[in-house]
Amino acid sequence: MASVEFTPNLSRHIECETLSSNGANLRELIDEICCDNPQLKPYILDDQDRLRKHVTVFIDGVQVQDRKGLNDLINMESSVYIAQALSGG
Amino acid sequence: MNKTCWIGTRKGLIKLKQDADNHWQLSAPQFVGDPVTQILPDTGNGTMYVALNLGHFGPKLHRSSDQGLTWQECSSPSFPKQSDNPDEGQSVELIWTIEKGAGDDLWTGTVPAGLFRSRDKGDSWEFIDSLSSLPASSEWFGGGFDEPGIHSICIDPRDGDCLTVAISCGGAWRSTDGGISWQEKANGMRAEYVPPEQAFDHNIQDPHRVIACPADPDRMWSQHHNGIFKYDESDGLWVEIKNVVPSAFGFALAVHPKEKDTAWFVPAVKDECRIPVDNKLVVLRTRDGGKSFDILSEGLPQEHSYDLIYRHCLDIAADGDTLMMGSTSGNLWVSENGGDHWNCLSNNLADIYCVKFGHD
Repeated sequence: MASVEFTPNLSRHIECETLSSNGANLRELIDEICCDNPQLKPYILDDQDRLRKHVTVFIDGVQVQDRKGLNDLINMESSVYIAQALSGG
Repeated sequence: MNKTCWIGTRKGLIKLKQDADNHWQLSAPQFVGDPVTQILPDTGNGTMYVALNLGHFGPKLHRSSDQGLTWQECSSPSFPKQSDNPDEGQSVELIWTIEKGAGDDLWTGTVPAGLFRSRDKGDSWEFIDSLSSLPASSEWFGGGFDEPGIHSICIDPRDGDCLTVAISCGGAWRSTDGGISWQEKANGMRAEYVPPEQAFDHNIQDPHRVIACPADPDRMWSQHHNGIFKYDESDGLWVEIKNVVPSAFGFALAVHPKEKDTAWFVPAVKDECRIPVDNKLVVLRTRDGGKSFDILSEGLPQEHSYDLIYRHCLDIAADGDTLMMGSTSGNLWVSENGGDHWNCLSNNLADIYCVKFGHD
């Protein structure tokens, strides 16, 4: 299963421990981790389920490209890091 | 009774309370580091609300049932998902206003311009599609923000289904059936920032703030982008107050809770400059429906002032005498005699986004 970590700054606002996911792409991963913690979703995605403007995600150290469709692929061994962008503070 | 006032800043929420000697005391900040964009202290049912705009994680709404001692996040208004095309559809960027309606009803206005209603104390929000789907809405445009926004919601205390909303930039609109249908309510407003033949187009007006007199909601006041206007329902017309000195440009507005002809404004230099005229901060007060204005400066900086008072940053208490005002420079003033004299309560706050008196 892929591991999912969050920027520590998100924990100021909401519980977000390291999680794991079977999602095959970013959309599936976010749907899965938010299933048990629905409050998490609006911190990561906007009203149209796109990545928030000042949130970014790294999959195995590579920043995701598809910020709207969330179709970047994820392996079972992937490390996913949900981060805040340097913009937007 | 000692008064309470809440200050929303770019870096947190501050409560002010008068002590036994009627001195205002600032409390320790809450939501430290987070922009507080709106406050609703008085809902009549013991619940108060604050809206945050987290720089990275978006707008959030919190509520308190113990007068701000503890807070719980509740649901935030959001636009409905439009389609499977991720390029389409809006997302709330800012909760710009929150108002109490009839019963437990709450109304919020957002950027982009969306109107939302909650009937369950913020557990869920209904998007009022009837306003956003008006054909006229395609012509609304941003004023200060990239997108148009709703900053004023005037709910008639005699009828909770009657509400007037003001949009920068999209004029003013009234519903008398709880948001099912809408009528233009900007007749008479004049815009200087468009070609002359469009100056009275209802749909391009930029009313920076609209407030109805609580005791006589048929009278509304507006601090418009290029002027001060007043409205009487019997005339159905906004009337421009001309020859306002030192400037008719500004954002903030306060209306006396009982006297419809008494209102306060904070003038500034338009448009891009946006500082007090001659760097002297003053407040304008009319007591005769705009026939004349007092220029009030006692206790306010009369040199080197860059203080701009945003549209939600001047409030009046229920007594009609106590005013609180906060600026973009983090300065906070109170007047306890209708603006005749101002006392500075702090020079050191972050940019002030909203000021709201609580229960008396």
